[in-house]
Amino acid sequence: MKVEEVQALFHLDVSAGQKGLGREITGGYCGDLLSDVMANAFQGGVWLTIQSHQNIVAVAVLKELACIILVNGHIPDEETKGKAEDEGIPILLSPLSAYDLAGRLYEAGIGKTEA
Amino acid sequence: MSPKAVVERSAGKGLDIIAICDHNTAENVEACIRVGMQHGIRVLPGLEINSREEAHTLAIFETPKQALAMQDIVYQHLDGVNRPELFGDQVIANEFDEVEGFNDRLLIGATGIGLQEIVGEVHRLGGLSIASHVDRPSFSILSQLGFIPPDLGLDALEVSHPETWESMGNDTPGIGGLPIVTSSDAHFLTDIGRVYTLFVLYAPDIEEIRKALHGESGRKVGR
Repeated sequence: MKVEEVQALFHLDVSAGQKGLGREITGGYCGDLLSDVMANAFQGGVWLTIQSHQNIVAVAVLKELACIILVNGHIPDEETKGKAEDEGIPILLSPLSAYDLAGRLYEAGIGKTEA
Repeated sequence: MSPKAVVERSAGKGLDIIAICDHNTAENVEACIRVGMQHGIRVLPGLEINSREEAHTLAIFETPKQALAMQDIVYQHLDGVNRPELFGDQVIANEFDEVEGFNDRLLIGATGIGLQEIVGEVHRLGGLSIASHVDRPSFSILSQLGFIPPDLGLDALEVSHPETWESMGNDTPGIGGLPIVTSSDAHFLTDIGRVYTLFVLYAPDIEEIRKALHGESGRKVGR
């Protein structure tokens, strides 16, 4: 599934990084400690976080993540939006909690594995 | 930890300069400064601010007025009420170790201020901005943000366990070039003096420490 399909399916606002909407999503990760995300997120992942500092874009680039979704109504700092535009990393916004949104993404088949 | 106990323990450990940096508050700094004067210890007023990113950062000043101005900014962005049964009594004491009151704010909480803004405000007020316990896995800038944003403008990084830092090594991205200070992050009297930093200074003040951090004019951070 592509980022733009997820964005449309779950009615997510696009805050920045429009030009990366064609990226392919292969799974997902949730985390707000960037040290943990750097260690455990993976290429093509959708990343759900409440962390809005500009370093999230660098982590997404480093780990080749598909996109970032800021959950729980959090919005990115201006610097974060600027860097996301520069790097073409989509930042999407959701009012849902990480738990609720991750559950819905999983049910939609993203990163779903056999129990 | 009362003002007299903190200062007396510091004196007993041979410390010349200490900084009082309670979480998100500076209400005990003036009492500690007064006790410090009786013992010949320079007490620098400060706070340990919990940023919006939940990274702890030290703000250390020359005067209580500066620290209290920073406290005003912190209080404007700090929600919640303390529950002493969960987080303990937040005592405000005087220089005679008498309890003058209790701070009822939720001092353990995170402020709504981002790190960038905190560093900017601390510098505007004339203080030093030092990232707390960067060698620890919780509430440090490295745990929260993965690496230190190169344009943040911190004055130094604080390490609380030098041996851990040695093993982490200086290959941690984004830390290059920032001076390291070692301090005990004392939460209990027995922590005081556990580790410390040697400075070569002409006087025990913020401007001299700033010069030492940058290795200017013969001032330096010893090892």
